[in-house]
Amino acid sequence: MPRFYGVEILSRLMLGTANYPSPAILADAFRRSGAGIATVSVRREADGGQAGAEFWALVRQLGVRVLPNTAGCHSVREAVTTAEMARELFDTPWIKLEVIGHTDTLQPDPFGLLEAARILSDDGFQVFPYTTEDAVLADRLLQAGCEVLMPWGAPIGTGLGLTNVYGLRTLRAQFPEVPMIVDAGLGLPSQAAMAMEMGIDAVLLNTAVAKAGDPAAMAEGFARGIEAGRLAYLADPMEPRDMATPSTPVIGKAFLA
Amino acid sequence: MKITVNGVAVEIRNGTLLAVLEDLGYGDKKVATAVNEDFVPASVRDGVTLQPGDRLEIVTPRQGG
Repeated sequence: MPRFYGVEILSRLMLGTANYPSPAILADAFRRSGAGIATVSVRREADGGQAGAEFWALVRQLGVRVLPNTAGCHSVREAVTTAEMARELFDTPWIKLEVIGHTDTLQPDPFGLLEAARILSDDGFQVFPYTTEDAVLADRLLQAGCEVLMPWGAPIGTGLGLTNVYGLRTLRAQFPEVPMIVDAGLGLPSQAAMAMEMGIDAVLLNTAVAKAGDPAAMAEGFARGIEAGRLAYLADPMEPRDMATPSTPVIGKAFLA
Repeated sequence: MKITVNGVAVEIRNGTLLAVLEDLGYGDKKVATAVNEDFVPASVRDGVTLQPGDRLEIVTPRQGG
């Protein structure tokens, strides 16, 4: 299994915790997925601490490692302050760093992302940067101290799958030793399998499971898709070709024409 | 004096961040804080005195993707 900042992960499926129909269904989805890492957030306290306390108790029951995010942050300062609050709340140096550059696409702001990644890495954070498939940006993020890359599959919550297969493939090829997680945009297990077949180390998703008619079943579906894709990657797939080639031997065919 | 807590104007008595959090009912709660957009660690809350007009953010663990 790959290691994220020295920690060997237990599953290549990482799950978000938002938008499930109920806490019980969230817990069931985690159980059936086998996910070992859950993304969480920090938000304004609204009801005297009750909602936060209940959610935190649920996460602790899951027995998973948490990856706090800076979701919704549009500026470096906002993301850094959010990360600092998350580190204290969740007692972890891990941070999924989101610095959003565009409201409609939730596309990362590459300039803000890099600056925030540098500030946080220098301050001892272990940064998981939500980025694009841009290889130059990836290189700069690694130079800034990131040891994991998290390129998007598609814009958050769209379920479109891998919209830039070429970009992801070249990113994987350019940084073969860097743990790489496809984060966001997946909708179906086949898309997660495809990422695995490309040699991506893990996938992180939320909406595809939480918004499915049966989240727990979909979570298990993703787990199986990931397993299938990883097996295929290790099995060294055949090269595709344009022209047909018979799989049944031609020699020995009865002459009946 | 008046400050803003999570975007809402609130009247509080003068005091440290630690005292204000207790007055607001967060004394024993799992929360993190920022004052005027800067993170304030729990370990230094008793050394930070709030000023009129300060913007206090109180956050807690929540669902995220």
